[in-house]
Amino acid sequence: MPDNVSALQLVLTGDPALVAIVRLSLLVSLSAVVFGALIGVPVGAAVALTRFRGREAVIVILNALMGLPPVVVGLVVYLLLSRAGPLGSWGILFTPQAMIIAQSVLIAPIIAALTRQTIEDLWTEYRDELAAMDVGPLGRIATLIWDGRFSLVTALLAGFGRAAAEVGAVIIVGGNIDGFTRVMTTAIALETSKGDLPLAIGLGMVLIAIVVVVNAAAWGLRRAGERLAG
Amino acid sequence: MPTRRTLLVVLATVAAVLGGASAHAQDKSIVVASTTSTQDSGLFGHILPLFKAKTGIDVKVISQGTGQALDTGRRGDADVVFVHARPQEEKFVADGFGVKRNPVMYNDFILVGPKNDPAGAKGKDIVAGLKAIKAKEAPFISRGDKSGTHAAELALWKLAGIDIAGADKGAWYKEIGQGMGAALNTASASNAYVLTDRGTWLSFKNRGDLAIVVEGDGKLFNQYGVILVNPDKHAHVKKELGQAFIDWLISPEGQKAIADYKINDEQLFFPNATVPGA
Amino acid sequence: MRAPSSDLPIVLDEVSFAVRGVTILDRLSLQLDPGAPTVLIGPNGAGKTTLLRLAMGLIAPTGGRVTWAGRDNAASEHRAIVFQRPVMLRRSGAANIRYALAQAGVPRAARDKRIDELCALVGLNGLGDRPARKLSGGEQQRLALARALAKDPQVLLLDEPTASLDPAATKAIEDVVRAVAARGIKVVMSTHDLGEARRLAGEIVLMHRGRVVESAPAEQFFATPQTAEARRFINGELLV
Repeated sequence: MPDNVSALQLVLTGDPALVAIVRLSLLVSLSAVVFGALIGVPVGAAVALTRFRGREAVIVILNALMGLPPVVVGLVVYLLLSRAGPLGSWGILFTPQAMIIAQSVLIAPIIAALTRQTIEDLWTEYRDELAAMDVGPLGRIATLIWDGRFSLVTALLAGFGRAAAEVGAVIIVGGNIDGFTRVMTTAIALETSKGDLPLAIGLGMVLIAIVVVVNAAAWGLRRAGERLAG
Repeated sequence: MPTRRTLLVVLATVAAVLGGASAHAQDKSIVVASTTSTQDSGLFGHILPLFKAKTGIDVKVISQGTGQALDTGRRGDADVVFVHARPQEEKFVADGFGVKRNPVMYNDFILVGPKNDPAGAKGKDIVAGLKAIKAKEAPFISRGDKSGTHAAELALWKLAGIDIAGADKGAWYKEIGQGMGAALNTASASNAYVLTDRGTWLSFKNRGDLAIVVEGDGKLFNQYGVILVNPDKHAHVKKELGQAFIDWLISPEGQKAIADYKINDEQLFFPNATVPGA
Repeated sequence: MRAPSSDLPIVLDEVSFAVRGVTILDRLSLQLDPGAPTVLIGPNGAGKTTLLRLAMGLIAPTGGRVTWAGRDNAASEHRAIVFQRPVMLRRSGAANIRYALAQAGVPRAARDKRIDELCALVGLNGLGDRPARKLSGGEQQRLALARALAKDPQVLLLDEPTASLDPAATKAIEDVVRAVAARGIKVVMSTHDLGEARRLAGEIVLMHRGRVVESAPAEQFFATPQTAEARRFINGELLV
């Protein structure tokens, strides 16, 4: 990015470096939400609906994993993906793919824990009806996930917020490479370390604005959905 | 109710996103593990476009401390390392992780501190300056991160006869474990002394009350070397592209590009690839 | 056409049900035979809901046995239950019925037609596309009935289906119950409303404190109640 400009100027002139960074941030974090949900939603629903030994311990651990430190996740994924590590042959360290993987690992527990709570609450409401309609275990999971979809959107947004805001994981596995793996948070960290604090704060505002827009879009989707399906 | 079709669309997206990885293996690029001083000073921003224009090779720079950059090279996660800690670089090659050490350029370190210089360290002698700081127990920020700058700082304390890691340590000496920019920010905020490379200082915007206190001492000389990661240890290393980068850096063209990089008309890095014993 | 009466008679034999030390049903015996509707009446807490849930097989008795045509643990595909406050799935009314049809194993091709038939039967024509949760109380109750009937059951259990409905909605539900009973489906329902019991019953079963106090065909029950409790209950007194 050019020196001695404010973040507002960059936004208004559509600075290509800033645009690329914003696009990558959205790509990485939104993809992480997709993968985190693919894992977290079924796991959360399964824990909510099945009785097994040690269930309460699993719930406690799931809730605790919501506080996974991003830098630790980054380090673990780095060690896995490094050429010297077990998955080194994939060769995806220092690429956006690695960043998506790290963030997915980070937010899957958040989505799972919140899904479990939502589905468990729904189950108390739906239990009798589903039993009366002879719905089997897989059917129960699918039906409750679908019927709880609006509440689950909030779980997904919590995951997105966490992913978009974190820097520890993406900087380790991504390397903050200019034009390739630089995202909003790592750019802010870089500008801070270069001492350009006003630009760093300005970029921070841009990041917050983006997250607000995503949340507004999700809200709009939810309202539309509720109008259509109650 | 989501149908089988929705599930297929999702899985296709998954495959597409992850499959992007294979596309990257084909493109003409190398990964260079370098230090924060070369990144933060803006040098790479200046010379890499020139290299790309000439060869079409994309250089992806990971900027870490020297210690971390060499570790990245050892693991095979980079094709080339470009750092400034000669003893560690020579060990890297001796241990078989690098092919050959090529000197590239030097810059110098400077001691910066509060304008009013409470420790009376100002002058041309770094050893005297450090002794003055220790005597007055003036606040000093150390990077503490095994970087080239950190290694240089420790060597200077040793030259001054101060056992900074042991008997002479005190609360005035603060190790933050971070890069040069963070160290400068911390020094600026707490009116402390800090050893920095000139390049990062020149492009640093948050100086506060800091100013240059000691410069020009020969002991503050800072040499950079570039090494190709050994393809015998890591078969996937892009040795032709990596060697092309090294060859360009030490060629007259590359050396001129380095010399041409200026901030406020001041040259930051001085090419010396052809100087024997550099 | 299915094999007739594969769940009937439903026999509750000395059935007890206790929860956390509280006895709800106390060695109750009752037989539900094919034919006209059986209506359960009695004060709150008599155990009517529990009895219906046991007859459905949703819960197991803590004492005694429940059998369906002589079998324990019979699969519940031939019987259906409608709860007092039915829960609508978050989708359209028609989609709710479609869901029930799918669970009942009705082939995809036949579902649209069945949805139309069931909507017509319960009087929900034209409301099928609205979100189910936005329907009125009476409409939701009728939708729940349609869902239950999607199974093509032999036994239909109803737990106070008109308790929270206005008279017009009540009449609509009672009309459906009558139509359903006329088709040969065995209806077992509970109600608070003695008038409704009179209107719908074949057989009246009076429950009090977890036991059957008296059971008789409706005309006989109301004309010549045999027990003191029955007399007092018909008189409108509180049975404590």
